[in-house]
Amino acid sequence: MASKTENKSSLAKVRGKRVAVAATVFLLPTFLLIAVYFIYPVIDTFVISTYKWNGISATRTFIGLQNWVNLVKDKNFWDAFKHNVVIMVFSILLQIPIGMLLATFLDAGGRKFNIFKIIWFLPYLMSSVAIAFLFTYALATNGGIFSSLASLIQGKKVTVDLLGRSPHALFAVIGVMAWQYTPFYMVYFIAGYGNIDTTIYEAAIIDGATRGQYVRQIAIPLLGPIFKTACTMSLIGSLKYFDLIWNLTQGGPVNSTELMATYMYKLSFQQFNMGYGSCVAAGMFILITVIALLFQKAFVVKEDY
Amino acid sequence: MQAKQIDYAKEKRKSTLGWAVAILLACFWLVLTLTPFVFMVLNSFRKQFDMLQQGVFHMPDPWYFNNYVEVVTHGFFGYFFRSVLVVAVSLVLMLIIASFAAYPLARMKFRFCGLIYAGIVAMMSVPMHVTLIPIFKLTTDMGIYDSLKSLVGPYVAFALPMSVFILTAFMKTIPKEIEESAEIDGCGRFRNFFMIILPLSKSGLSTLAIYNGVAMWNEFAFANTFLQTPSHKTLPLALNQFKGEHALDIPIILSVLTLSVLPMIILFVIFQDKLVKGMMAGAVKG
Repeated sequence: MASKTENKSSLAKVRGKRVAVAATVFLLPTFLLIAVYFIYPVIDTFVISTYKWNGISATRTFIGLQNWVNLVKDKNFWDAFKHNVVIMVFSILLQIPIGMLLATFLDAGGRKFNIFKIIWFLPYLMSSVAIAFLFTYALATNGGIFSSLASLIQGKKVTVDLLGRSPHALFAVIGVMAWQYTPFYMVYFIAGYGNIDTTIYEAAIIDGATRGQYVRQIAIPLLGPIFKTACTMSLIGSLKYFDLIWNLTQGGPVNSTELMATYMYKLSFQQFNMGYGSCVAAGMFILITVIALLFQKAFVVKEDY
Repeated sequence: MQAKQIDYAKEKRKSTLGWAVAILLACFWLVLTLTPFVFMVLNSFRKQFDMLQQGVFHMPDPWYFNNYVEVVTHGFFGYFFRSVLVVAVSLVLMLIIASFAAYPLARMKFRFCGLIYAGIVAMMSVPMHVTLIPIFKLTTDMGIYDSLKSLVGPYVAFALPMSVFILTAFMKTIPKEIEESAEIDGCGRFRNFFMIILPLSKSGLSTLAIYNGVAMWNEFAFANTFLQTPSHKTLPLALNQFKGEHALDIPIILSVLTLSVLPMIILFVIFQDKLVKGMMAGAVKG
């Protein structure tokens, strides 16, 4: 593109300027929206976190870092964070491997397993709110799926309480999440398999590889970047999880399924403690960013070996 | 494709046992996936007290359709059409703005191009809860609190980064020569965009429309925070509303659930290949 004569270079300059103007015009609406809905709110969240404010009244009191000092000592917040981490670990351990297995099955089977694909995908089409309501009833002690099955097997009326007790509730929620999100990762890996050149498969088979060897030694290494993206998405998704918990357990029983986002929402929009709510939101932002960056770093190091 | 099929047939004979196990596990996951749906649909056709008396997996006796009648005549379509309206407006605006942004990022050379692109893409990892209180404040200040208008801005903005990301990748694959020859024929940048680039991006746009359409259709947190009056609420909020009115009538809530998932399932069966392609675009470049 480099111009050789004086004449051309001044022409290129004019052209470059016109390109810059055109680019700005095209990008303007995006800049505007990002400024209004991302940059300003994130900054404002940090600003509000230094105030005591109920969110409604015009006056708010500046209290400096008091909210932040409270946050660091707030057992509820760190418990919520712990629950987020537990959910994150189990999401990655359950959803991604199962999604990958389902995709492998569909890739090997081809078109005739389409009905599996359609049915397996169904949970992902339901909104988190709808799933929360469905499982409120499906996991109920009275007339729920597990209670009914247990009663059927034992021949007498048995109640299985999954959402009402402390350690069980979190794992019940993790199960519901696996039900909901595994199809997403399945489609993701189907797409990944679709991107592998069929000639690679043919070459492997001609060289005498079995299907299993092909998957283990060729396909999975080729899917590496997809694993990485899937893990990143699962990680960020688990740390900002909200809809399902809010409508399924509201963080209960006794805060045992409280997450950072539900805690923030309760503080801000139920107790109208928006100063501290903003502080929790800002803390959540910092934690998510740090964990996501650490994860990216760890993964890059691993790939170098 | 053909070669793959033949090889696969040969292999199948070799490892019938492997396949038997695989199909068994596949069916297990199938049952796991379907059970809640069966539970939902079967019980939505029962009277309130029949659910416990008849057992949740028995055929309803008799099939009771009044739940659906009740739901449909008590505002379901209102919620439904408000959701359609918000999603349609947000989606159209979002696609126009995203393709506006993707065009220069993919096809022009200017200063800070890479930086701007990275900045926009980085917004993908901002959790909405961090922005919720300030946007709530903004909404009340602008006087659009408790109206559908309050949702359009956040819906467009939060779908943008990912859409710009995918559209930029998509537009880069359109051959440069097409645009250059149009320019020689006297086509300006803006006409170029509308007459050539936009029509050629149609398949990218449609996958984005499906992907983001589902997300907006199901969006809860913004809607729950910004809407208050029942006659202004969208479909994801309808469930809480119906639950408030029919606290103990589980079958009626299950019929609301069934009705709200149905359109998504129909759309998915029609557009499933598009959806997979949309996620593929994200997967490859991610």
